[in-house]
Amino acid sequence: MKIPYFPGCTLKATAKSFEVSGIAVGKELGIEFVEMPRWNCCGTVYSLATDDLMHQLAPVRNLAVVESDMEENRVVSFCSMCYNTLRQANNLVINDPEKLKTINEFMDTEKDYRGGVEPLHLLQVLGEVGTKEMEKRVKKPLTGLKLVPYYGCTLVRPEDVSIDDPRDPSIMEEIMKAMGADIIDIEYKTECCGSYQTITNRDAVVERTRKIIESAREAGGDVIILSCPLCDFNLEDRQREVREKYHGFIEMPVLYFTQLMALAMGLEDKAGFEGNQIDPRPLLEERGLLEG
Amino acid sequence: MSENKEKMITVYIMGKAYEVPFGLTIMKAMEYAGYRFIRGSGCRAGFCGACATVYRNKGEYKFQTALACQATAEDGMYLAQLPFVPANRKEYDIAMINPEKNVLSEYYPEINRCVSCNTCTKSCPQELDVMYYIQAAIRGDYGEVSKLSFDCIQCGLCAARCPAEITHYHVAQLARRIYGKYHLQIPEHLLKRIEDIDAGKFDNEIGKLKKMGMKELKEEYTSRTIEKIQRGEVTQ
Repeated sequence: MKIPYFPGCTLKATAKSFEVSGIAVGKELGIEFVEMPRWNCCGTVYSLATDDLMHQLAPVRNLAVVESDMEENRVVSFCSMCYNTLRQANNLVINDPEKLKTINEFMDTEKDYRGGVEPLHLLQVLGEVGTKEMEKRVKKPLTGLKLVPYYGCTLVRPEDVSIDDPRDPSIMEEIMKAMGADIIDIEYKTECCGSYQTITNRDAVVERTRKIIESAREAGGDVIILSCPLCDFNLEDRQREVREKYHGFIEMPVLYFTQLMALAMGLEDKAGFEGNQIDPRPLLEERGLLEG
Repeated sequence: MSENKEKMITVYIMGKAYEVPFGLTIMKAMEYAGYRFIRGSGCRAGFCGACATVYRNKGEYKFQTALACQATAEDGMYLAQLPFVPANRKEYDIAMINPEKNVLSEYYPEINRCVSCNTCTKSCPQELDVMYYIQAAIRGDYGEVSKLSFDCIQCGLCAARCPAEITHYHVAQLARRIYGKYHLQIPEHLLKRIEDIDAGKFDNEIGKLKKMGMKELKEEYTSRTIEKIQRGEVTQ
């Protein structure tokens, strides 16, 4: 399967391990992610101001490029926030032809966007492959590893862009079960990580991170898995501050789910564990999944 | 030619009508009308970027940009020369920069205000993909910024038009300096040539040239052989 791929800025900068592992896993499953010949920032967050079309230009321009320059009428993002922004902007212009017309007239150097592109998230594309196919590719099952899937907000909210049941998504669980892992469900799995509050209200994010990690720990989890670089920053990098504030707090590795898929499929050189703030390798070695 | 010589057009310089001969550049048309450029003009050959100009064609809504020394004045044009584009340029010591970090965002945080409107690209007289190099700057891709901005002549039109108030060309210049200093490999053939120069390999030839008279020098220049190289090939 060939599918247009929108990387987004963060996957080319601080979340390289997500891109590298995701592309390797895709290749193993027969998916070729064809990077868009040109792309810009997705817009980062979907603008909710109804009269502010300027902030819809970034996502709509990307969709216009897919429609005019690429062979497939779908585009996949690995980053949850990029997915959410592209998807919501697409819904906006499909449901409001007037706004689309204004945007097209402004972007007079692009071919008019006609609303014919479907933005997808990587999990949805993997879901199409199916867990049976995935099981066949597993070389080193993640036996005994207790994974805590964390969806955050942008994969499941608002409801009309949710990739799965918005209240109880299970797509990540199914994929990781196929990798041989055990799944731990926590009540915070679709709670917000604190998002941009991490800049202006750091302490709120530190508290939120502690709650999520401790709940994962109490439920018996080993590792948090997710697909959002901002969730990753908040849940992984902020743990250092949690540890400084709360004595006795034990750090928990946080990984992109594709890093562990790569490990399970025998592609550990593409897993990028060395880039993680909280090194998961001692734990994986202890479980016999990595050689020390 | 003789017909064109007679043909006159009307241009509006800062709103006032002037009759000027057809076929002049915007800069020469303004000079014909009596304006004298002390600033805002330089090489007059499209390289120095000093003569950024704005105009509107008769009956069109589009706001146009160009280099006044390159664009031809057309009948009905509204002209106004930009003397200078005030720009935000940060001071830095290139030797003190950490090339592994995205310092473009640090020195010029306003690049993150880019909404991908593409106005900069539309305004560029060099026809560069300005928006896409700012997008590459946002993610700290020095190589891509350098590649896309290489032919920039720093005329300032992108910065004058940007709704996010970015000074694109200074961002790109910093990126190219970092890329050149820290990321590009030092070309071996250049090091060898410097060695040759230092060892006096060319002293004899230069000495001969220095002694030549103007006529002789001109002859030498026109009869020189030019080494043909393929595009992308590196000469040794």
